[in-house]
Amino acid sequence: MSRIFLMLIRRDLLLARKQGGGSLLSITFFVLVVSLFPLGVGPAPETLERIAAGTIWVAALLSVLLSLDRMFQADLEDGSLDQLALLPLPLSLVVLAKTIAHWLTTGLPLTLAAPLLGLLMQLSPDAYGALIAAMLLGTPILSLIGAIGAALTVGVRRGGVLLTLIVTPLYIPVLIFGVSAAEAAAQGFSYSAHMLFLSAILSGAIVIAPIAAAWALKLALD
Amino acid sequence: MHRFANPTRFLRLAAAVLPFSAAVAALCLGAGLVWGLFFAPPDYQQGDTVRIMFIHVPAAMMAMGVYAGMAISSGIALIWRHAVADLIAKASAPIGATFCFICLLTGSLWGKPMWGTWWVWDARLTSMLIMLFIYLGYMALWQAFDDQTKAARAAAILALVGAINLPVIKFSVEWWNTLHQPASLITMSGPKIHASLLWPLLLMIVGFGAYYLTVLIYRVRAEIHLRRTRMLRLAQADRHAAMQAAE
Amino acid sequence: MVDAPVLHGRNLAALRGERLIFAGIGFALERGGLLKLTGRNGAGKSTLIRMIAGLVAPFTGSLLWNGAEVGLDREGFLADLIYAGHQDGLKTALTATENLDLFARLRGTSDRDAVAALESFGIAELADLPVRYMSAGQRRRVSLARLRMTPARLWLLDEPLTALDVGAITQLGRVVDAHRNAGGMVIAATHADLPGEAGDVLEIVPPADADMDDGMEDAW
Repeated sequence: MSRIFLMLIRRDLLLARKQGGGSLLSITFFVLVVSLFPLGVGPAPETLERIAAGTIWVAALLSVLLSLDRMFQADLEDGSLDQLALLPLPLSLVVLAKTIAHWLTTGLPLTLAAPLLGLLMQLSPDAYGALIAAMLLGTPILSLIGAIGAALTVGVRRGGVLLTLIVTPLYIPVLIFGVSAAEAAAQGFSYSAHMLFLSAILSGAIVIAPIAAAWALKLALD
Repeated sequence: MHRFANPTRFLRLAAAVLPFSAAVAALCLGAGLVWGLFFAPPDYQQGDTVRIMFIHVPAAMMAMGVYAGMAISSGIALIWRHAVADLIAKASAPIGATFCFICLLTGSLWGKPMWGTWWVWDARLTSMLIMLFIYLGYMALWQAFDDQTKAARAAAILALVGAINLPVIKFSVEWWNTLHQPASLITMSGPKIHASLLWPLLLMIVGFGAYYLTVLIYRVRAEIHLRRTRMLRLAQADRHAAMQAAE
Repeated sequence: MVDAPVLHGRNLAALRGERLIFAGIGFALERGGLLKLTGRNGAGKSTLIRMIAGLVAPFTGSLLWNGAEVGLDREGFLADLIYAGHQDGLKTALTATENLDLFARLRGTSDRDAVAALESFGIAELADLPVRYMSAGQRRRVSLARLRMTPARLWLLDEPLTALDVGAITQLGRVVDAHRNAGGMVIAATHADLPGEAGDVLEIVPPADADMDDGMEDAW
């Protein structure tokens, strides 16, 4: 069972590599959105420093949102979703494997790119550790909650817009704790409470999201 | 549980409840409004603006209460495949969203004299705004499916996921608010309501509840008739197909 | 083998949306058996196949595998089943061999030779070609070659002849016969005649009006 699970993650990583562009597109979008802010609010370093963490998080959230609609849609379109549902593995674990692969190709690269954007946005040097730690905990949550939205809207007309509408409100706690962790660190406060909240949400999401998404996927298969 | 899954039985029950809920709604809302707007004393601090509370507070309570009801009926619908529960959840959403909107609107009206601005990112108002988004997403998901059975199940899953998330969202928004807002702001509604204001407020809350029940019954009834119409049309198409196959 | 694996469907009915598609379907499949599903368009052949695979939940009825409810050991049942739907389920960025190997390894088998599987459908030369460059018929053959990639005993084929030319149809007939001679079972939904040895035929007819009313009554 765990062999199949790992094989499934490798499958999605292989497909992401072969079909190409997925991660690169997300990162490009991420950088693009962040670089809009200095153009929008002006390049004054103190202004940028003030909004740096928030901007980076909002942009990361949007990049993840943008990548979600392909999570199950491609497999539905070519009939692979049927084959995945018929693996001798519970559908919720299939979802979890695909979510992990999604995070490895989206959330993780975004987290790795974040320090670079921190430089562009004059992020306070004290905040880098908190930003990356919070993103490492927070972006998997985005993938997990996103999986529910993606599963609910797979095969639905105008699914992409609907997906955004459904998922964005559910992302708010991650945004709040993620940004305030970096802000606390910038002001020299401890950010361990933020990390604990993010960990708590992550643990809850790991349990609930695959099950809810599997329920939703069954609707698309029926 | 399954006793009420039968739409016919629900319609009979609804017909019995409807006159009462409508009467209670009309009486309580009428009496509460008159009492609250004309007879209740103005607040010593906020003056007449406090009267907005008679709409704002019940609307906020109902917005949350309707969501809770929606989540519970969604759970019942998912677990027991209870057809009427689906419709109750579906019919509740626009009503809850409207309460949510009324709450935001009155909050904004209240904010102008109190804070000197139409909108303040106050923790309660922000949570309410997010809740409105969740309601809208839920309603949009219902619209997205042609197959009503699938729409019902998808929406029920979303309603439950939302219900699990809402406390987390509320907590995080409050946390965020204490970080960003000076604590000196007057918070809307608190335990410090004077007794003379309490009675009309209570009437309004009961009135809002009865109003919800009344509108809910109308909406569910309409949904049931809509489904029956659809069944008849499907049957008509099937009969036609069977006749053509026989020829 | 004493207790021969038998698939047994009893009183199956399908509801799509609010419409009863079929009702009262029953069948039994012995070792080496072939069950051909026929019926007019929209009668529910694909739905029945998907129901047997467990992709669609039955509205009524039950499905027994080796005498036990399928739900009791779903994973065991799934490990013994291959579903070939009318979509190919292939990844166009991968080659034929990569697709087949991926399919087998996701099912925990890695000892089967993809090229040999492709050979039995006459396309071994295309083994290293990405599926993207293949015609519909060639993709179909790659898709069907998956049948040879695992030891699964139950094959569920939904319109397997679509896009196949005469040669490929004969090849499929040979593969099916070999599978049945080794004790495998096949359920196929098809308009046309399957080549190879004959099997049972199950015609899916629309439910009678009485059934339909029952279905509606239950749902509403």
